[in-house]
Amino acid sequence: MQLKGYGRTVQGRLNATFAALADPTRRAIVARLAMGQASVAELARPFAMSQPAISKHLKVLERAGLISRGRDAQRRPRRLEARALAEATGWLERYREIWEANLRRLDALLDEIKAEERTRARTHSSKRSSP
Amino acid sequence: MSGEHKVGVTTYATPTDTQVVITRVVAAPRRLVFDAWTNPKYVPRWLSGLEGWTMPVCEIDLRPGGSFHYVWRGADGSEMGMRGSYKEIVPPERLVSTETWGPEMRPPGSEVVEWPETLNTLVLTEVGGRTTITLTVTYPSKAARDAALQTGMKDGMDQGFTRLDTVLKTLA
Repeated sequence: MQLKGYGRTVQGRLNATFAALADPTRRAIVARLAMGQASVAELARPFAMSQPAISKHLKVLERAGLISRGRDAQRRPRRLEARALAEATGWLERYREIWEANLRRLDALLDEIKAEERTRARTHSSKRSSP
Repeated sequence: MSGEHKVGVTTYATPTDTQVVITRVVAAPRRLVFDAWTNPKYVPRWLSGLEGWTMPVCEIDLRPGGSFHYVWRGADGSEMGMRGSYKEIVPPERLVSTETWGPEMRPPGSEVVEWPETLNTLVLTEVGGRTTITLTVTYPSKAARDAALQTGMKDGMDQGFTRLDTVLKTLA
């Protein structure tokens, strides 16, 4: 689906974010990271998954800009990039998007109604003037 | 006022803890704007939401205490509904209504109990054939608004995901 009125880069970024979050494991990882940063081992623990499998999911999330790696060289803890998530789930943005689309159509509709009224008024007055 | 609104530009503001205010100027008298806002012949033609969505249901009983029911349908067939009732109707300048998203909005298995009911106040002011539309959406609490606006990241997370699931469905 096209997000009309959205810049290409934002749209591309959102696509990547939504694709990354379409997977339940990755959503669970994001939910876990919302409570604080965690190492790969810590993230793997609640899942019946190997660390390499978890790492694959982390890579997808990282590419989407949803998570990043912390400074601690040994643990390389992953942490949430709240801004990317906010962009994806931000209701105000969606609100804006929906209202912008609605109000653009309202403008067009009002123009149409105005034109109809003018036509009606003309027809009406010409009818009145004819015998 | 130097911050006068231009035609075609929408502003969004959060003037109090519980409100969102949308303002827009349109090049039409408010009589027409009020009609476009309340006549079921017109509403589905503009209030249909994102590109690709339609509004197959638009029932409006325009009298104080009367109700309205809207249903939107996405390109993939998923639907979401909204219901509300009219509190105050003063054509062509003022319309106060309540609004709540229906259970159709909830993805299967979600544990969201209720979407908060909002109080929506539409005020139309006309100057020189142009109408300023001011729509104030008031949430029952700051928490409800913040959850809806998804500003409180942690607390709003679950609701965010619920909403995200819905959004994903519409994007799929």
